[in-house]
Amino acid sequence: MDSKAHKNNIEESPMKLQLYSSYISPPSFSVRIALNLKGLDYDYITVSFRKGDQRNQEFLMMNPMGYVPTLKNGDMVVAESSAILMYLEEKYPQHPLLPQDLEKKTINYQAINIVASSMQPILRIPVLSYIRDNVGPDESIDWAHRHLKKGFAALEKLLKDHVGTYATGDEIFLADVFLAPYLIGYPERYNFDLSGFLILSKLRDVYLMVPAIQNAMPEKQPDFPV
Amino acid sequence: MDEANQTILKLFSHPMSSCARRLHLALNLKGLEYECINVDNPLEDPELLKINPMGFVPALVDGTTVISDSYAILLYLEEKYPQHALLPEDLVRKSINYQVASIVSSSIQPLQNTNIINYISEVVSPDEKVPWAQYHIKNGFVALEKLLVNYAAKYATGDEIYLADLFLAPQLYNAIYLFKLDMTEFPILLKLNKAYNEIPSFQQIIMVES
Repeated sequence: MDSKAHKNNIEESPMKLQLYSSYISPPSFSVRIALNLKGLDYDYITVSFRKGDQRNQEFLMMNPMGYVPTLKNGDMVVAESSAILMYLEEKYPQHPLLPQDLEKKTINYQAINIVASSMQPILRIPVLSYIRDNVGPDESIDWAHRHLKKGFAALEKLLKDHVGTYATGDEIFLADVFLAPYLIGYPERYNFDLSGFLILSKLRDVYLMVPAIQNAMPEKQPDFPV
Repeated sequence: MDEANQTILKLFSHPMSSCARRLHLALNLKGLEYECINVDNPLEDPELLKINPMGFVPALVDGTTVISDSYAILLYLEEKYPQHALLPEDLVRKSINYQVASIVSSSIQPLQNTNIINYISEVVSPDEKVPWAQYHIKNGFVALEKLLVNYAAKYATGDEIYLADLFLAPQLYNAIYLFKLDMTEFPILLKLNKAYNEIPSFQQIIMVES
Protein backbone atom coordinates (compact mmCIF):
# COMPACT_ATOMS: atom_id res chain seq x y z
CA MET A 1 0.00 0.00 0.00
CA ASP A 2 1.53 3.30 -1.08
CA SER A 3 1.79 6.26 1.21
CA LYS A 4 2.60 9.46 -0.64
CA ALA A 5 2.40 13.02 0.56
CA HIS A 6 -0.16 14.87 -1.48
CA LYS A 7 2.03 17.92 -1.83
CA ASN A 8 5.83 17.83 -1.76
CA ASN A 9 6.10 18.17 2.03
CA ILE A 10 9.43 17.01 3.35
CA GLU A 11 8.76 17.25 7.07
CA GLU A 12 6.61 14.64 8.85
CA SER A 13 3.41 16.09 10.25
CA PRO A 14 1.83 13.70 12.76
CA MET A 15 -1.38 15.72 12.97
CA LYS A 16 -1.79 15.91 9.20
CA LEU A 17 -4.98 14.53 7.80
CA GLN A 18 -4.73 11.20 6.06
CA LEU A 19 -7.12 10.16 3.35
CA TYR A 20 -7.42 6.52 2.39
CA SER A 21 -8.62 6.80 -1.15
CA SER A 22 -9.01 5.14 -4.48
CA TYR A 23 -8.59 7.32 -7.57
CA ILE A 24 -11.70 5.97 -9.24
CA SER A 25 -14.14 5.91 -6.32
CA PRO A 26 -16.71 8.72 -6.63
CA PRO A 27 -17.07 9.14 -2.83
CA SER A 28 -13.25 9.43 -2.57
CA PHE A 29 -13.39 12.09 -5.30
CA SER A 30 -16.03 13.99 -3.28
CA VAL A 31 -13.89 14.02 -0.14
CA ARG A 32 -10.85 15.19 -2.13
CA ILE A 33 -12.91 18.09 -3.52
CA ALA A 34 -14.02 19.13 -0.04
CA LEU A 35 -10.47 18.95 1.36
CA ASN A 36 -9.26 21.10 -1.53
CA LEU A 37 -12.05 23.65 -1.09
CA LYS A 38 -11.25 24.00 2.60
CA GLY A 39 -7.53 24.30 1.84
CA LEU A 40 -6.74 21.26 3.95
CA ASP A 41 -3.46 19.51 3.33
CA TYR A 42 -3.52 15.73 3.56
CA ASP A 43 -1.54 12.58 2.91
CA TYR A 44 -3.03 10.48 0.13
CA ILE A 45 -2.90 6.81 0.99
CA THR A 46 -3.84 4.56 -1.86
CA VAL A 47 -6.19 1.68 -1.29
CA SER A 48 -6.10 -0.45 -4.37
CA PHE A 49 -9.08 -2.79 -4.72
CA ARG A 50 -7.25 -4.57 -7.50
CA LYS A 51 -4.46 -5.49 -5.09
CA GLY A 52 -6.91 -6.27 -2.27
CA ASP A 53 -5.58 -3.47 -0.04
CA GLN A 54 -8.95 -3.12 1.64
CA ARG A 55 -8.31 -6.53 3.27
CA ASN A 56 -4.81 -5.56 4.39
CA GLN A 57 -4.24 -6.09 8.15
CA GLU A 58 -2.75 -2.66 8.72
CA PHE A 59 -5.66 -0.97 7.00
CA LEU A 60 -8.23 -2.99 8.90
CA MET A 61 -6.58 -2.29 12.25
CA MET A 62 -6.91 1.43 11.60
CA ASN A 63 -10.36 1.08 10.10
CA PRO A 64 -12.16 -2.16 11.00
CA MET A 65 -14.97 -1.44 8.61
CA GLY A 66 -12.55 -1.58 5.67
CA TYR A 67 -14.35 1.21 3.83
CA VAL A 68 -12.93 3.65 1.27
CA PRO A 69 -12.77 6.59 1.57
CA THR A 70 -11.69 6.85 5.18
CA LEU A 71 -10.33 9.98 6.83
CA LYS A 72 -7.89 9.79 9.70
CA ASN A 73 -7.16 12.80 11.89
CA GLY A 74 -4.91 11.71 14.74
CA ASP A 75 -7.03 9.24 16.70
CA MET A 76 -10.20 10.16 14.90
CA VAL A 77 -11.19 7.81 12.07
CA VAL A 78 -14.25 8.57 9.94
CA ALA A 79 -15.62 6.51 7.06
CA GLU A 80 -18.63 7.09 4.75
CA SER A 81 -18.25 10.15 2.54
CA SER A 82 -21.31 12.01 3.84
CA ALA A 83 -20.15 11.48 7.43
CA ILE A 84 -16.61 12.60 6.54
CA LEU A 85 -17.98 15.75 4.95
CA MET A 86 -20.23 16.57 7.91
CA TYR A 87 -17.22 16.03 10.20
CA LEU A 88 -14.99 18.29 8.08
CA GLU A 89 -17.68 20.94 7.95
CA GLU A 90 -17.84 21.14 11.73
CA LYS A 91 -14.15 20.70 12.48
CA TYR A 92 -12.86 23.07 9.78
CA PRO A 93 -15.46 25.80 9.28
CA GLN A 94 -13.46 27.73 6.64
CA HIS A 95 -15.10 27.85 3.22
CA PRO A 96 -18.43 26.61 4.56
CA LEU A 97 -19.93 23.86 2.43
CA LEU A 98 -23.48 24.32 3.67
CA PRO A 99 -25.56 27.48 3.31
CA GLN A 100 -26.90 29.21 6.44
CA ASP A 101 -30.44 29.29 5.15
CA LEU A 102 -32.26 26.14 6.32
CA GLU A 103 -34.29 25.64 3.16
CA LYS A 104 -31.22 25.88 0.90
CA LYS A 105 -29.30 23.69 3.31
CA THR A 106 -32.04 21.07 3.07
CA ILE A 107 -31.88 21.14 -0.75
CA ASN A 108 -28.20 20.27 -0.36
CA TYR A 109 -29.05 17.38 1.97
CA GLN A 110 -31.62 16.08 -0.53
CA ALA A 111 -29.18 16.27 -3.43
CA ILE A 112 -26.53 14.45 -1.38
CA ASN A 113 -28.95 11.67 -0.56
CA ILE A 114 -30.25 11.23 -4.10
CA VAL A 115 -26.63 10.52 -4.98
CA ALA A 116 -25.67 8.60 -1.83
CA SER A 117 -28.80 6.47 -1.46
CA SER A 118 -30.39 6.02 -4.86
CA MET A 119 -27.39 6.14 -7.17
CA GLN A 120 -24.09 5.27 -5.55
CA PRO A 121 -25.08 2.00 -3.80
CA ILE A 122 -26.70 0.43 -6.85
CA LEU A 123 -23.97 1.51 -9.23
CA ARG A 124 -21.14 0.01 -7.21
CA ILE A 125 -18.91 -2.43 -9.08
CA PRO A 126 -19.87 -5.51 -6.98
CA VAL A 127 -23.56 -4.91 -7.75
CA LEU A 128 -22.97 -4.38 -11.47
CA SER A 129 -20.78 -7.48 -11.57
CA TYR A 130 -23.48 -9.55 -9.90
CA ILE A 131 -26.01 -8.50 -12.51
CA ARG A 132 -23.55 -9.07 -15.32
CA ASP A 133 -22.71 -12.55 -14.02
CA ASN A 134 -26.25 -13.63 -13.15
CA VAL A 135 -28.23 -12.02 -15.92
CA GLY A 136 -25.87 -10.74 -18.60
CA PRO A 137 -23.60 -7.86 -19.61
CA ASP A 138 -26.39 -6.05 -21.50
CA GLU A 139 -28.60 -6.09 -18.45
CA SER A 140 -25.77 -4.71 -16.35
CA ILE A 141 -25.45 -1.72 -18.69
CA ASP A 142 -29.23 -1.26 -18.81
CA TRP A 143 -29.33 -1.32 -15.03
CA ALA A 144 -26.64 1.36 -14.82
CA HIS A 145 -28.44 3.53 -17.38
CA ARG A 146 -31.82 3.13 -15.70
CA HIS A 147 -30.53 4.22 -12.34
CA LEU A 148 -28.41 7.04 -13.68
CA LYS A 149 -31.47 8.31 -15.58
CA LYS A 150 -33.70 8.04 -12.52
CA GLY A 151 -31.21 9.78 -10.24
CA PHE A 152 -30.38 12.51 -12.72
CA ALA A 153 -34.08 13.15 -13.42
CA ALA A 154 -34.75 13.53 -9.70
CA LEU A 155 -31.80 15.92 -9.38
CA GLU A 156 -33.03 18.04 -12.32
CA LYS A 157 -36.42 18.39 -10.61
CA LEU A 158 -34.90 19.10 -7.21
CA LEU A 159 -32.52 21.78 -8.43
CA LYS A 160 -34.83 23.48 -10.93
CA ASP A 161 -35.92 26.29 -8.60
CA HIS A 162 -32.60 26.64 -6.78
CA VAL A 163 -29.76 26.35 -9.28
CA GLY A 164 -27.51 29.36 -9.83
CA THR A 165 -23.92 29.23 -11.00
CA TYR A 166 -23.73 26.09 -8.90
CA ALA A 167 -26.30 23.53 -7.85
CA THR A 168 -28.04 25.51 -5.11
CA GLY A 169 -26.95 29.06 -5.77
CA ASP A 170 -23.86 31.07 -6.57
CA GLU A 171 -21.49 29.30 -4.22
CA ILE A 172 -20.19 25.74 -4.14
CA PHE A 173 -21.80 23.66 -1.46
CA LEU A 174 -22.03 19.99 -0.57
CA ALA A 175 -24.55 19.27 -3.33
CA ASP A 176 -21.84 20.23 -5.85
CA VAL A 177 -19.23 18.18 -3.99
CA PHE A 178 -21.43 15.08 -4.32
CA LEU A 179 -22.61 15.74 -7.85
CA ALA A 180 -19.29 16.50 -9.53
CA PRO A 181 -17.90 12.90 -9.45
CA TYR A 182 -21.05 11.63 -11.17
CA LEU A 183 -21.04 14.25 -13.87
CA ILE A 184 -17.35 14.29 -14.75
CA GLY A 185 -16.10 11.23 -16.60
CA TYR A 186 -18.70 8.95 -15.00
CA PRO A 187 -21.45 9.13 -17.65
CA GLU A 188 -18.81 8.52 -20.34
CA ARG A 189 -17.64 5.38 -18.55
CA TYR A 190 -21.12 3.92 -19.00
CA ASN A 191 -21.81 5.42 -22.43
CA PHE A 192 -24.53 7.50 -20.84
CA ASP A 193 -25.64 10.62 -22.66
CA LEU A 194 -25.96 13.47 -20.19
CA SER A 195 -27.02 16.04 -22.78
CA GLY A 196 -30.76 15.60 -22.11
CA PHE A 197 -30.20 16.84 -18.56
CA LEU A 198 -29.76 20.55 -19.12
CA ILE A 199 -29.10 21.69 -15.56
CA LEU A 200 -26.65 18.88 -14.88
CA SER A 201 -24.83 19.35 -18.19
CA LYS A 202 -24.36 23.03 -17.42
CA LEU A 203 -23.14 22.23 -13.90
CA ARG A 204 -20.63 19.74 -15.27
CA ASP A 205 -19.16 22.42 -17.51
CA VAL A 206 -18.87 24.79 -14.56
CA TYR A 207 -17.31 22.14 -12.32
CA LEU A 208 -14.59 21.43 -14.89
CA MET A 209 -13.36 25.01 -14.39
CA VAL A 210 -13.06 24.83 -10.59
CA PRO A 211 -9.43 24.25 -9.44
CA ALA A 212 -10.46 22.36 -6.29
CA ILE A 213 -12.38 19.92 -8.48
CA GLN A 214 -9.71 19.74 -11.18
CA ASN A 215 -7.07 18.82 -8.60
CA ALA A 216 -9.33 16.14 -7.13
CA MET A 217 -9.94 14.39 -10.43
CA PRO A 218 -9.03 10.70 -10.75
CA GLU A 219 -6.40 11.43 -13.39
CA LYS A 220 -4.47 13.63 -10.97
CA GLN A 221 -4.22 11.09 -8.17
CA PRO A 222 -1.06 9.13 -7.35
CA ASP A 223 -2.76 5.77 -7.96
CA PHE A 224 -4.16 6.66 -11.39
CA PRO A 225 -2.81 3.96 -13.71
CA VAL A 226 -0.21 5.29 -16.14
CA MET B 1 -42.80 24.78 22.49
CA ASP B 2 -45.73 27.01 21.62
CA GLU B 3 -48.20 24.62 20.04
CA ALA B 4 -50.45 27.38 18.82
CA ASN B 5 -47.67 28.57 16.51
CA GLN B 6 -46.78 25.20 15.08
CA THR B 7 -48.08 24.45 11.58
CA ILE B 8 -49.40 20.94 11.39
CA LEU B 9 -46.75 18.88 9.66
CA LYS B 10 -47.83 16.51 6.92
CA LEU B 11 -45.96 13.28 6.33
CA PHE B 12 -46.50 11.31 3.14
CA SER B 13 -45.64 7.80 4.17
CA HIS B 14 -46.02 4.11 3.45
CA PRO B 15 -46.72 1.56 6.20
CA MET B 16 -43.95 -0.81 5.13
CA SER B 17 -41.30 1.83 4.52
CA SER B 18 -38.39 1.59 6.94
CA CYS B 19 -37.35 5.07 5.80
CA ALA B 20 -40.75 6.43 6.88
CA ARG B 21 -40.43 4.68 10.23
CA ARG B 22 -37.27 6.67 10.98
CA LEU B 23 -39.41 9.79 10.69
CA HIS B 24 -42.33 8.54 12.76
CA LEU B 25 -39.80 7.81 15.51
CA ALA B 26 -38.22 11.28 15.26
CA LEU B 27 -41.51 13.17 15.14
CA ASN B 28 -42.67 11.20 18.14
CA LEU B 29 -39.49 11.87 20.12
CA LYS B 30 -39.66 15.58 19.37
CA GLY B 31 -43.32 15.72 20.37
CA LEU B 32 -44.37 17.09 16.98
CA GLU B 33 -47.97 16.80 15.83
CA TYR B 34 -48.36 15.59 12.29
CA GLU B 35 -50.86 14.26 9.80
CA CYS B 36 -49.82 10.97 8.26
CA ILE B 37 -50.94 10.27 4.70
CA ASN B 38 -50.22 6.73 3.55
CA VAL B 39 -49.55 6.49 -0.15
CA ASP B 40 -49.78 3.13 -1.90
CA ASN B 41 -48.47 4.15 -5.33
CA PRO B 42 -46.33 7.25 -4.91
CA LEU B 43 -45.59 7.74 -8.61
CA GLU B 44 -49.32 7.73 -9.38
CA ASP B 45 -50.53 9.78 -6.46
CA PRO B 46 -51.69 13.21 -7.68
CA GLU B 47 -51.68 14.83 -4.25
CA LEU B 48 -48.10 13.73 -3.61
CA LEU B 49 -46.85 14.61 -7.09
CA LYS B 50 -48.40 18.06 -6.86
CA ILE B 51 -46.28 18.99 -3.87
CA ASN B 52 -43.32 16.72 -4.65
CA PRO B 53 -42.72 16.08 -8.37
CA MET B 54 -40.08 13.52 -7.55
CA GLY B 55 -42.78 11.23 -6.17
CA PHE B 56 -40.65 9.95 -3.31
CA VAL B 57 -41.94 8.78 0.04
CA PRO B 58 -41.42 9.67 2.72
CA ALA B 59 -41.97 13.37 2.07
CA LEU B 60 -42.59 16.07 4.66
CA VAL B 61 -44.63 19.22 4.20
CA ASP B 62 -43.98 22.01 6.70
CA GLY B 63 -45.95 25.07 5.62
CA THR B 64 -44.55 25.91 2.20
CA THR B 65 -41.46 23.74 2.62
CA VAL B 66 -41.49 20.30 1.04
CA ILE B 67 -38.68 17.84 1.69
CA SER B 68 -38.15 14.28 0.52
CA ASP B 69 -35.58 11.74 1.65
CA SER B 70 -35.71 10.63 5.25
CA TYR B 71 -32.12 11.59 6.10
CA ALA B 72 -32.61 15.13 4.72
CA ILE B 73 -35.91 15.41 6.59
CA LEU B 74 -34.30 14.29 9.85
CA LEU B 75 -31.51 16.88 9.58
CA TYR B 76 -34.11 19.53 8.77
CA LEU B 77 -36.25 18.56 11.78
CA GLU B 78 -33.17 18.58 14.00
CA GLU B 79 -32.40 22.17 13.10
CA LYS B 80 -35.95 23.52 12.98
CA TYR B 81 -37.23 21.75 16.10
CA PRO B 82 -34.25 21.35 18.42
CA GLN B 83 -36.18 19.76 21.33
CA HIS B 84 -35.01 16.24 22.15
CA ALA B 85 -31.76 16.63 20.23
CA LEU B 86 -31.06 13.77 17.85
CA LEU B 87 -27.32 14.40 17.72
CA PRO B 88 -24.86 14.41 20.63
CA GLU B 89 -22.87 17.62 21.21
CA ASP B 90 -19.45 16.02 20.98
CA LEU B 91 -18.09 15.70 17.50
CA VAL B 92 -16.74 12.17 17.96
CA ARG B 93 -20.08 10.65 18.91
CA LYS B 94 -21.90 12.90 16.46
CA SER B 95 -19.70 11.47 13.69
CA ILE B 96 -20.53 7.94 14.77
CA ASN B 97 -24.20 8.84 14.38
CA TYR B 98 -23.56 10.20 10.88
CA GLN B 99 -21.66 7.03 9.95
CA VAL B 100 -24.46 4.76 11.18
CA ALA B 101 -27.04 6.83 9.30
CA SER B 102 -24.96 6.65 6.15
CA ILE B 103 -24.23 2.91 6.38
CA VAL B 104 -27.93 2.12 6.81
CA SER B 105 -29.29 4.63 4.29
CA SER B 106 -26.60 4.09 1.63
CA SER B 107 -25.20 0.60 2.01
CA ILE B 108 -28.07 -1.42 3.41
CA GLN B 109 -31.60 -0.10 2.88
CA PRO B 110 -31.31 0.70 -0.86
CA LEU B 111 -30.16 -2.83 -1.57
CA GLN B 112 -32.97 -4.56 0.32
CA ASN B 113 -35.91 -2.34 -0.56
CA THR B 114 -38.98 -3.77 -2.30
CA ASN B 115 -38.13 -2.51 -5.79
CA ILE B 116 -34.68 -4.06 -5.82
CA ILE B 117 -35.60 -7.41 -4.38
CA ASN B 118 -38.58 -7.73 -6.72
CA TYR B 119 -36.22 -7.01 -9.60
CA ILE B 120 -33.77 -9.68 -8.42
CA SER B 121 -36.67 -12.09 -8.06
CA GLU B 122 -37.77 -11.39 -11.61
CA VAL B 123 -34.50 -11.33 -13.53
CA VAL B 124 -32.41 -13.78 -11.54
CA SER B 125 -34.73 -16.06 -9.57
CA PRO B 126 -37.33 -15.86 -6.79
CA ASP B 127 -34.95 -18.05 -4.74
CA GLU B 128 -32.32 -15.34 -4.91
CA LYS B 129 -34.48 -12.62 -3.34
CA VAL B 130 -33.82 -13.41 0.30
CA PRO B 131 -30.14 -14.44 -0.07
CA TRP B 132 -29.49 -11.15 -1.90
CA ALA B 133 -31.12 -9.09 0.86
CA GLN B 134 -29.40 -11.07 3.60
CA TYR B 135 -26.01 -10.67 1.93
CA HIS B 136 -26.22 -6.90 1.78
CA ILE B 137 -27.74 -6.48 5.22
CA LYS B 138 -25.07 -8.76 6.66
CA ASN B 139 -22.24 -6.73 5.08
CA GLY B 140 -23.65 -3.55 6.57
CA PHE B 141 -24.20 -5.18 9.96
CA VAL B 142 -20.59 -6.42 10.05
CA ALA B 143 -19.46 -2.81 9.63
CA LEU B 144 -21.96 -1.50 12.19
CA GLU B 145 -20.99 -4.08 14.78
CA LYS B 146 -17.35 -2.97 14.47
CA LEU B 147 -18.21 0.73 14.44
CA LEU B 148 -20.32 0.60 17.60
CA VAL B 149 -18.07 -1.60 19.72
CA ASN B 150 -16.55 1.36 21.62
CA TYR B 151 -19.69 3.48 21.75
CA ALA B 152 -22.79 1.37 22.32
CA ALA B 153 -24.26 1.56 25.79
CA LYS B 154 -27.99 1.43 26.50
CA TYR B 155 -28.49 2.64 22.92
CA ALA B 156 -26.21 2.84 19.90
CA THR B 157 -24.02 5.78 20.91
CA GLY B 158 -24.72 6.23 24.59
CA ASP B 159 -27.58 6.18 27.04
CA GLU B 160 -29.81 8.47 25.01
CA ILE B 161 -31.62 7.80 21.76
CA TYR B 162 -29.95 9.56 18.86
CA LEU B 163 -30.04 9.60 15.07
CA ALA B 164 -28.23 6.26 14.79
CA ASP B 165 -30.99 4.51 16.73
CA LEU B 166 -33.66 5.88 14.41
CA PHE B 167 -31.87 4.27 11.46
CA LEU B 168 -30.99 1.04 13.25
CA ALA B 169 -34.36 0.15 14.75
CA PRO B 170 -36.35 -0.15 11.49
CA GLN B 171 -33.42 -1.83 9.72
CA LEU B 172 -33.08 -4.40 12.49
CA TYR B 173 -36.78 -5.14 12.22
CA ASN B 174 -36.41 -5.82 8.49
CA ALA B 175 -33.32 -7.96 8.99
CA ILE B 176 -34.74 -10.10 11.77
CA TYR B 177 -38.44 -10.38 10.99
CA LEU B 178 -38.65 -9.95 7.22
CA PHE B 179 -35.41 -11.53 6.05
CA LYS B 180 -34.73 -13.86 9.01
CA LEU B 181 -31.04 -12.98 9.08
CA ASP B 182 -28.93 -15.07 11.43
CA MET B 183 -27.87 -12.51 14.04
CA THR B 184 -25.39 -14.72 15.94
CA GLU B 185 -22.36 -12.67 14.96
CA PHE B 186 -24.03 -9.37 15.90
CA PRO B 187 -24.37 -9.34 19.71
CA ILE B 188 -24.30 -5.53 19.96
CA LEU B 189 -27.03 -5.11 17.35
CA LEU B 190 -29.11 -7.83 19.01
CA LYS B 191 -28.80 -6.09 22.36
CA LEU B 192 -29.85 -2.81 20.73
CA ASN B 193 -32.83 -4.51 19.09
CA LYS B 194 -33.91 -5.77 22.48
CA ALA B 195 -33.58 -2.27 23.94
CA TYR B 196 -35.66 -0.78 21.11
CA ASN B 197 -38.37 -3.37 21.62
CA GLU B 198 -38.72 -2.20 25.21
CA ILE B 199 -39.62 1.35 24.21
CA PRO B 200 -43.42 1.55 23.81
CA SER B 201 -43.35 4.20 21.06
CA PHE B 202 -40.73 2.23 19.09
CA GLN B 203 -42.79 -0.92 19.50
CA GLN B 204 -45.89 0.79 18.20
CA ILE B 205 -44.19 2.35 15.22
CA ILE B 206 -41.97 -0.50 14.15
CA MET B 207 -43.73 -3.70 15.09
CA VAL B 208 -46.37 -3.15 12.44
CA GLU B 209 -48.24 -6.14 11.18
CA SER B 210 -47.77 -6.41 7.42
